[in-house]
Amino acid sequence: MIAFFIRRLVGGVVMLLVISAVTFLIFFGLPRAAGQSTDQLAARFAGKSPTAETITAIKERFGFDDPLAVQYGNFLKSIVAGDTYDTGVEKIDCPAPCLGYSFRTNQSVTEQIVDRFPITLSLVVGAAIIWLLAGVSIGVLSALKRGSLFDRAAMIVALAGVSLPIFFTGLLSLTFVVHAWELLPPVSYHSFMDNPFKWASALILPWVTLAFLYAAMYARLTRAGMLETMGEDYIRTARAKGLPERTVITRHALRASLTPVLTIFGLDVGLLFGGAILTEQTFSLKGLGNLALEGVIGSDLPVVLGTVVTLSLAVIVMNLVVDVMYGILDPRVRLS
Amino acid sequence: MAGATEHTRDGLPEAPAGTDTAGTDTAGAAAGGGQEPPRAFLEVRDLKIHFPTDDGLVKSVDGLSFQLERGSTLGIVGESGSGKSVTSLGILGLYNKRNSRMSGEIWLDGKELVGAPESEVRRLRGRDMAMIFQDPLSAMHPYYTVGAQIIEAYRVHNDVSKKVARKHAIDMLGKVGIPRPEQRVDDYPHQFSGGMRQRAMIAMALSCDPNLLIADEPTTALDVTVQAQILDLIRDLQEEFDSAVIMITHDLGVVAEVADDILVMYAGRAVEQAPVDDAFHRPLHPYTWGLLGSMPRLDRARSERLMPITGTPPSLINVPSGCAFHPRCPYRELNDGKSETERPELVEVEPGHRAACHLPLEKRREIWTDEIRPKL
Repeated sequence: MIAFFIRRLVGGVVMLLVISAVTFLIFFGLPRAAGQSTDQLAARFAGKSPTAETITAIKERFGFDDPLAVQYGNFLKSIVAGDTYDTGVEKIDCPAPCLGYSFRTNQSVTEQIVDRFPITLSLVVGAAIIWLLAGVSIGVLSALKRGSLFDRAAMIVALAGVSLPIFFTGLLSLTFVVHAWELLPPVSYHSFMDNPFKWASALILPWVTLAFLYAAMYARLTRAGMLETMGEDYIRTARAKGLPERTVITRHALRASLTPVLTIFGLDVGLLFGGAILTEQTFSLKGLGNLALEGVIGSDLPVVLGTVVTLSLAVIVMNLVVDVMYGILDPRVRLS
Repeated sequence: MAGATEHTRDGLPEAPAGTDTAGTDTAGAAAGGGQEPPRAFLEVRDLKIHFPTDDGLVKSVDGLSFQLERGSTLGIVGESGSGKSVTSLGILGLYNKRNSRMSGEIWLDGKELVGAPESEVRRLRGRDMAMIFQDPLSAMHPYYTVGAQIIEAYRVHNDVSKKVARKHAIDMLGKVGIPRPEQRVDDYPHQFSGGMRQRAMIAMALSCDPNLLIADEPTTALDVTVQAQILDLIRDLQEEFDSAVIMITHDLGVVAEVADDILVMYAGRAVEQAPVDDAFHRPLHPYTWGLLGSMPRLDRARSERLMPITGTPPSLINVPSGCAFHPRCPYRELNDGKSETERPELVEVEPGHRAACHLPLEKRREIWTDEIRPKL
């Protein structure tokens, strides 16, 4: 089990290096390959209407004239050891893990990510709990009552959930629940530590909206998994032992059909940590997705690079968690 | 559809014909009162298991009757789709009432099962009747240790602590010949070899000391060398527990090895029923001859061809009229068209030996002695 974990961990680190290298190449290598001068590149890092000195300073600071490998090496080094930026006006300290410095917002990227992360974390964790519970239970019930009114209704709602975009369901719920009926306070972010109740009540709407989409997918996934598992030979064996039907369903069928659901769950949560862009935009939450979007719109390369690396880190970590969980859940995985 | 109505109509006038043999008539479709008490430990009377599907009614078992005593073994043989496995799952009550129709009577130790409530049948399952499945790898849950699965089977029916159940599981594994059972008890099914897995499956089935053991092709997925061991094991355990065993197989070699009686099924019905010696030495149904002719034998020259049964097993939705075997029967011409129109009843021709065939008995004996036996 330990060896299994270490193997996966090493694989994850290698994967992270590859992703960061590719991202780095896309943003710092491709423009030059396409014929952009280093001056133009540097201009994108400066704020609005930069002076010639600033551009030269940035160029030197980032080493745009160095070979790409050296630049990438410096990028990695600053993550591990931190860095100091000299804007020509002042020296800015960027402690490890330094993902770069945004000259547009005059903030280190790490700082911005740390600022935004709790918002995304709150959004994702709340929504994930709701969608996992709702999706799995609806899926199980649907599978057991296959063809019943409940099954059909649930699957129609699930189809709607998968098809309706968040900016539609989100705005609809905002309009009615918050503005027209005033059932919930306006959506905003409050620290969980300060006031858990306020934290939850102001986030319920985005949770439910985001969870609706995923719960729909999970209900379908669980239903399909359950239907398949219920046809397995070992379910027949469990019944032949004389086990009560409830034990057959929970201990035997559900356990086996949850494994694929769990895999998808890990990946989904990992992806959402990188930013639930649509949800954050719809509910004006300034999370990681919003940060990434701002970075892209403003051509703020360090921010884009930083958020991409964070996103891949989240996905890789969640993948690792899923792998380990898989090993715990399915004994056949442990040995292979 | 025409075939289906004809079928049921045929069933009524024919039923009294069986009165002198097994008393199949008393049952009818009524599972309520007025049943004759059983004479044997396991008595199946006019069992019908039908499955309504979009394509029509699948008559997997269509009027099957047999008896089985404790300590003896019944071998049920037949091709795929002849209703062998459906019969066994039906006896265990593993078919959902929502998508199947079951009628007739199943008497186990004086209790009627077809009309009994599901919860009652469930309590008997695993305790009084247990089953060994064909492929132990897919029949055991991959996520639980072998021990956990045996413990579970034992604890459903016995109110004991986990510790006691674990001890029992280890004992059972030892009893079925698994070396170092106190260690293997914590292994997962995929860590067992095929033969060991089937032994574990048997240990699980026997954990509650069932009176009726149904083995559905228990050796099909195993190596020949292991097959013999497993058959020996089942026989030894049967002696020890004095249980009744139903051995379902398409392998006549297995039947010859372990069974006391043999029941040959075709298209959901019994075509021949006999003590195992009679079935092998004096079979009285052309289908049984076909099965014997299809059996490869080492003591026969390789140049001689097997004598397979021509054609394919019939669809269970549109069972051929009259004798279901007639489209494949090489002797149907001898019956002046009776094969196509009239269903032959299972008639006792010798003590304990029944066959369902229109051919005159003497003719069948003649064909067997002159034509079939010399070629086997």
